[in-house]
Amino acid sequence: MAAAGRFLKKIFMFYYDGFRTLSSWGRQAWLIIIIKLFIMFAILRIFFFHDFLRTKFSSDSERSDYVIEQLTGNK
Amino acid sequence: MLENLDLSLIDWSRAQFALTAIYHWLFVPLTLGLSFILAFMETIYVRTGDEIWKKITRFWMTLFGINFAIGVATGIILEFEFGTNWSNYSWFVGDIFGAPLAIEGILAFFLESTFVAVMFFGWNKVSKKFHLASTWLVAIGANLSALWILVANAWMENPVGMHFNPDTARNEMNSFWSVLFNPVAINKFTHTVTSGFLLASIFVIGISAWYLIRRREEKMAAKSIMVAGIFGLVSSVLVAITGDSSARIISKVEPVKFASMEALYNGKNNAGLTVIGIVKESDEKIGEKKVHDVDMRIQIPGLLSVMTTGKGNGYVPGIKDLVNGNPSKGILSVAEMMERGKYARKILADYKMSKEVGDDETAARLAAKFSDKDFVDNYFRYFGYSFFSAPWQAIPSVPVLFYSFRIMVGLGFFFILLCALAVWFWKRDTLKKNRWFLWLALFSIPLAYIASESGWIVCEMGRQPWIIQNLMPVNVAVSNITSSSVQVTFFLFAALFTGLLTAEVSIMIRQIKNGPKH
Repeated sequence: MAAAGRFLKKIFMFYYDGFRTLSSWGRQAWLIIIIKLFIMFAILRIFFFHDFLRTKFSSDSERSDYVIEQLTGNK
Repeated sequence: MLENLDLSLIDWSRAQFALTAIYHWLFVPLTLGLSFILAFMETIYVRTGDEIWKKITRFWMTLFGINFAIGVATGIILEFEFGTNWSNYSWFVGDIFGAPLAIEGILAFFLESTFVAVMFFGWNKVSKKFHLASTWLVAIGANLSALWILVANAWMENPVGMHFNPDTARNEMNSFWSVLFNPVAINKFTHTVTSGFLLASIFVIGISAWYLIRRREEKMAAKSIMVAGIFGLVSSVLVAITGDSSARIISKVEPVKFASMEALYNGKNNAGLTVIGIVKESDEKIGEKKVHDVDMRIQIPGLLSVMTTGKGNGYVPGIKDLVNGNPSKGILSVAEMMERGKYARKILADYKMSKEVGDDETAARLAAKFSDKDFVDNYFRYFGYSFFSAPWQAIPSVPVLFYSFRIMVGLGFFFILLCALAVWFWKRDTLKKNRWFLWLALFSIPLAYIASESGWIVCEMGRQPWIIQNLMPVNVAVSNITSSSVQVTFFLFAALFTGLLTAEVSIMIRQIKNGPKH
């Protein structure tokens, strides 16, 4: 257990030191990554990109029926 | 209903997908190729112990990091679009996409994310060999990630290894290996990744040339040109070889695309490959589609026949053969395929109806057809043609394909020459004397991106009107949503991606001007 703990601490310190000593371009790149992911997942995904079939229908069988209707032109 | 779909919705959905895919592809090929260039450079460092190779590796790793950081996750937007704009398609492809994309996600996460951290944070913290192994694993992981998305893309051009389930309206994978070893997938993967290697090589040669023009970092620049020149030369030859085999495969699985790339309307034996020409509309029409003539055509006699059939006198069908049919060559007309597709679609409609009215006997008989080889091979195979109102709708844009194909191929051959010259001048230690070459190399960087994007334009515009070859046309794949919502997100994406690209270019230029620091 103690060995595993030391190993995990080593990994944590590896990342911690890496982020702490980021170069200026590294900081800029991370800022861009965070802004980009925020725009993609907190704005675009939530407000603009709803899964069409998931939001319109509650079950897979309803979704299947809808797509078959689209394909066959029935109803 | 499909009949009520707004045409502008289809156009905006296509435009949005094209915009995001083109922008996404600005970041990807550099990651694919530069990752291997870094691995080569670091290998030389570990083997020789020469500190200059460490400095060189770390400099290019910085540019790799900028590109990686800004490009990462831009492909996820395409997946957003599948669910929102292309829901019929997303449902219809079923788990064919699910499995490869899941593997891609796992590989990307575990291989790239883990070892990229070691690559950037691990200098002087882990052993040289462990660091080198991490760099190689990032390169292999990035390229393996590309494999899975290209497998999914190739399936759309040559759908294999699946069975259509009429109850769920989904294609279910029945042979993972058929999907993975689909000849289109293998060829697409090798052609795409080697083109990424070539683009990255041109990028490294071009920036190194800039240093030599400015008489800065000359030792680093010359050594970088050596690595990128050799890698680029090998890659450019592989791009040509895989491009050649790609032509052979496309001529079989997407013959209309192939004939359109050549603006070949009338099939012939001993068909020549057009090197260059000017496409002009003629007065002739196929249905409502204008026929295009090629003026000032310069051809290599017989080469097209050799490329497709392996024989100089082999027959290459033209667009008219493929649309109107050519019984003597065993080519079905599109009208016949439309009839067969309509029959398959009627079977699906009757099956659904018989289930609804509780006619179990009829339903069981019709359901069995979707497992019957004769029905699948001769009728369901043409399911997508049932949505055409006229045969000419099977023809993609001939001018777009004709020009983008020639831009890609022409630049591809130019890059073979450029890389060969880079190696030649490096070997003779005359890089600095040949300033014309240095300027040429610098201005070739955007050309590499143009060639790469042109390749995708050939691929994706050439597949029109299909989203899944023969099974589903683009207009059937689209979701029944308002076109205004797609327009809004189109402009949001245009702004987001332009911002990302501007950030990438400005941060990169600053780093290049700063030069290596270590």
